[in-house]
Amino acid sequence: MSHVLQVAGLKKHFTVTKGFPKPVTTIVRAVDGVDFAVQPAEAFGLVGESGCGKSTVARAALRLIEPDAGSVRFGDTDVLAARGGALRRLRRRMQIVFQDPYSSLNPRRTIGRTLAEPLSVHGIARGRAAREQAGALLAEVGLPETALDRYPHEFSGGQRQRIGIARALALQPELIVADEPVSALDVSVQAQVLLLLRELQSRRGLAFVFVSHDLGVVRWFCARVAVMYLGRIVEQGPVAEVFARPRHPYTRMLRDASPIPDPSQRGVLPRVVGEIPSAAAPPPGCHFHPRCPRATDRCTQEYPAWTDPDGHGFACHHPEPAG
Amino acid sequence: MTAATLPSTSTPGAPAASVAPRTRSPRQLAVRRFLGRPVAVAGLVVILAFIVIAVAAPLLAPYDPIATSWSAIRKAPSAAHWMGTDENGRDVLSRVIFGARASMLAGVVSVLIAAGIGVPAGLIAGFAGGWTDTILSRIVDAMLACPFLILAIALAAFLGPDLTNAMIAIGVSTAPRFMRVARAATLDAASNEYVEAARALGNPPWRVALRHVLPNIVPPVLVQGTLAIAAAIIAEASLSFLGLGQQPPAPSWGSMLNAAQRFLSQAPWLAIFPGLAIFLVVLSFNLVGDGLRDALDPRRR
Repeated sequence: MSHVLQVAGLKKHFTVTKGFPKPVTTIVRAVDGVDFAVQPAEAFGLVGESGCGKSTVARAALRLIEPDAGSVRFGDTDVLAARGGALRRLRRRMQIVFQDPYSSLNPRRTIGRTLAEPLSVHGIARGRAAREQAGALLAEVGLPETALDRYPHEFSGGQRQRIGIARALALQPELIVADEPVSALDVSVQAQVLLLLRELQSRRGLAFVFVSHDLGVVRWFCARVAVMYLGRIVEQGPVAEVFARPRHPYTRMLRDASPIPDPSQRGVLPRVVGEIPSAAAPPPGCHFHPRCPRATDRCTQEYPAWTDPDGHGFACHHPEPAG
Repeated sequence: MTAATLPSTSTPGAPAASVAPRTRSPRQLAVRRFLGRPVAVAGLVVILAFIVIAVAAPLLAPYDPIATSWSAIRKAPSAAHWMGTDENGRDVLSRVIFGARASMLAGVVSVLIAAGIGVPAGLIAGFAGGWTDTILSRIVDAMLACPFLILAIALAAFLGPDLTNAMIAIGVSTAPRFMRVARAATLDAASNEYVEAARALGNPPWRVALRHVLPNIVPPVLVQGTLAIAAAIIAEASLSFLGLGQQPPAPSWGSMLNAAQRFLSQAPWLAIFPGLAIFLVVLSFNLVGDGLRDALDPRRR
């Protein structure tokens, strides 16, 4: 099985030293050993609550931040060892779409300049040729060519997100990391942007790492999904499988907590127990045990090993029954 | 389904309503907001007038500003001498007109020096972070611990009394403020996702800093610059007042005030007119600075 992106043992710790006269050093384990692989043209979802490290994983995979340990392979290139020209060639093959459409476009540049920049950085096209390509990109994301000479402040959030997607497409990447690409948008606009992304995926054969906290969106967009909790993946597998028959109690809690658009189900949402603990001081043993209905003494002492019987893996001592 | 048939995000019935009929760059929008502020525009007009006065001084001045006359010593304002004459019989109006050169030059040049040192330092500190930031910031803290004027006086005295040295002294003393402003603005701008996007596209760090961050820190630096010109004009006047700036007999508003203090009760016009000139120019720069701040950052108000 060939992978477009393969992440193994990825760790990113942030060290904060504070206090006077006795400085106290706190290590925040934002990402604490994450493994996953994305196949060509596959949409891979990464879900979890705020602060579980999913955005950090996304950025470390693109080497927008330097991870502390682990390996990231793109095709057969070591992403973490690449530098200079090799890194720039890698950047051409993997791009990112951001969450906030209001800060992801440079306010002082016309859309045309923003879209032409990747082309000139990589020496693909300049001047008229770049402008023509930029116009074609806009058409591909459903915006008129007249947008080229306008500034970001003249567009709505959904339109800006389309422009952000066009910028990511400019280099014809094989992989797009989408960091909460629709979370900042109105629901009606979300659907349009998601449709566009799926359209692009099938037409261009793009692979996606799709970071989101919205299970509904991930269920619709992704083929496989990994659920993160406090810097680690706790469950991973095919989307339908994971959400229909979650093995990890955390996945179950997440699923049960996301609203179902069905009036007959009104009021049956279970109470979510507790808050996500600080990644600076994760609970010993299984990180989830303080919130877990199935926890036993063993869970307070020992982090559960990863079990993967059939391509649907999880890390839990007392998994929910299969099937 | 092709991309072209995807529903566009504009509202039905108004196909291009969300796109303005005429495009305006952020700069054009700022200019419009600035022009909508009469007080700031008035300040700008006064400044432009003084620039014209400084440039065209030889054409405008009725007399030679350094020509003495024993027959016209400390004469009150009259039809011949609109602002009177000083203790050496020189025409005060002509000296105020020529003094505008020293003041405007000192204001602009010293701020250019300050920005030339402070903005790159702040950009580097804010963008690089880590040790670079720590070292540069501590140097700036140390410089700011010294009162601005004391630092300028010490530097000017060390360099020697002369207008050029005064401008250098004021510029160097003002640089820490620019570094602070540029650093803070850099931190703010660099936290935007478009900076991350620029890196993800494969731009080397220096190009991200120069092409994406620098243009976005211009507004606060420009505001700081305008306000700093006002402070620099005062500083130049202070240094000249202390004899560290423009050297006699060449006129500057500060040195005129210095000379005037001995005759405050007998010949108040010697102090009033250069003082008024300083007041007008400094006030105008401050008004323009405030107007720019409001025009460039519509979020605060």
